[in-house]
Amino acid sequence: MRASFKLFALQVLVGVIAVALWQVLTTVPIFGVVVLPPFFFSRPADVVTRIVEWFAAGTIWRHLWVTLVEATLAFLLGSIGGVLVGFWFARQPLIAAVFDPYVKMINALPRVVLAPIFALWLGLGIASKVALGVTLVFFIVFFNVYQGVKEVSPTVLANARMLGMNERALMRHVYWPSALSWMFSSLHTSVGFAVVGAVVGEYLGSAAGLGYLIEQAEGVFDVAGVFAGMVVLAAFVLAIDAVVTMVEKRLLVWRPAPAETRT
Amino acid sequence: MSEGESDAATRAPHPPAVDLSDCTIAFYLNDRTSYTAVEQVSLRVDDGEFVAIVGPTGCGKSTLLNVSAGLLTPTAGTVTVMGSALRGINRSAGYLFQADSLFPWKTALENVAIGLEVAGTPRPQARQSAAAWLARVGLSNFRGHYPHMLSGGQRKRVGLAQVLIRDPKILLMDEPFGPLDAQTRQIMGNLLLDLWGADRKAVLFVTHDLEEAIALSDRVVIMSAGPKARIIGDWSVALPRPRDTSEIKLERAFHQLHRDIWHTLKSEVLKGYAQSGGG
Repeated sequence: MRASFKLFALQVLVGVIAVALWQVLTTVPIFGVVVLPPFFFSRPADVVTRIVEWFAAGTIWRHLWVTLVEATLAFLLGSIGGVLVGFWFARQPLIAAVFDPYVKMINALPRVVLAPIFALWLGLGIASKVALGVTLVFFIVFFNVYQGVKEVSPTVLANARMLGMNERALMRHVYWPSALSWMFSSLHTSVGFAVVGAVVGEYLGSAAGLGYLIEQAEGVFDVAGVFAGMVVLAAFVLAIDAVVTMVEKRLLVWRPAPAETRT
Repeated sequence: MSEGESDAATRAPHPPAVDLSDCTIAFYLNDRTSYTAVEQVSLRVDDGEFVAIVGPTGCGKSTLLNVSAGLLTPTAGTVTVMGSALRGINRSAGYLFQADSLFPWKTALENVAIGLEVAGTPRPQARQSAAAWLARVGLSNFRGHYPHMLSGGQRKRVGLAQVLIRDPKILLMDEPFGPLDAQTRQIMGNLLLDLWGADRKAVLFVTHDLEEAIALSDRVVIMSAGPKARIIGDWSVALPRPRDTSEIKLERAFHQLHRDIWHTLKSEVLKGYAQSGGG
């Protein structure tokens, strides 16, 4: 208890010192020079003021909502696709072998370059951002589910067959739980990528969302706005991550320790 | 059961529970080379008989079990179960594996119940029966535990209940108590004999521990070192039942038998060592 309190105090201290340094270096002239010009670096006080303004005016809620919807849709669609295709490939080695080079090729592609294509195809609305997020989430879930089905212990599998399981029962009681556990162990990564997809998509062309907010501020050299957007985004991601951790604890009670995440 | 029925059961000539006849099992390592694990082995396990297979490490003992279970098809030879040729998985057999084989995502209770559930028993009944079986193996207080929360011995108990709840006619066991410490093995051996004594299934029990084999079984079969392992000895164990696995080891008949069998086994064990050391 005391040790964890001490750790927490130290963690807070690091944050406070960093912000204080930032504030001091942008306001107090040292030998007549302000080390960090506020035009380029803004000031913590200004950033906080901006955030408070956004929340007071209520304009921020619409952007948060849009980003949340995009990220959620990207996560759901990407996960469903990843689970289905992952299962299919794992159970049909020939299909997996045929598509293998293409899967690798698409996965090697930096997804950002797809954003303009999606914007062309799907317009500047929500759909193009969701599509971008899906391409990120899909591969993480796909690889994990594929691995999960492939890595079922041969002994557990033999045992299941000896206990009288047919192909359907094997799916339900063996492959499915194993695949899910791998998918859930990558939940943090895939949820994070869903948000990344949404924000990057917004940044590259949209009319709402946190990415749009940051892009707008940047366009008019409003550094305080850019930082304020980043802070809100960070808080948003932390909140989502906390929810994911809760879900994970509920779903993976049977696991001894969190396993390695595959990305 | 009426008297007439039990008489008929003991007198009528039963087909053997498992009958391996001239079985050869080879594995293809690649297109050209193959490894013959077991060559021309014939083994009969009668109904209600407890047979132990003992042999040096890597002699293909587990391979014989897998063939009896229907998980492997022999390259040559036939497998007959209860008088009919075996095709696919052996439905009348329960298999207790050497490695951990419980479903890690299911609780102890769910693990035991699953065999009944997939056979179509409604879940509440299956769970109720599973709870009774957990009680029989002494794990009533661990129903909600996941396998990783149980000790090695407790996991084996759950495994035993998981297999026995389906009431298989044949019990296949692959060094089930191998990874356990000496005391736990003894306790598990007695537990197994207790459970087996209730309805005398046919048992094929693979072990590398000769003492364990003699203490538990009606017959001890010795295999030679692999590759091309064969059966080189077959002793019947005429020790009285019910037995206590730790007490029986003090009896003179036990020692005599142990000495006889060990005489044959020793040279094979040394051969096995020489081969595994060389390769």
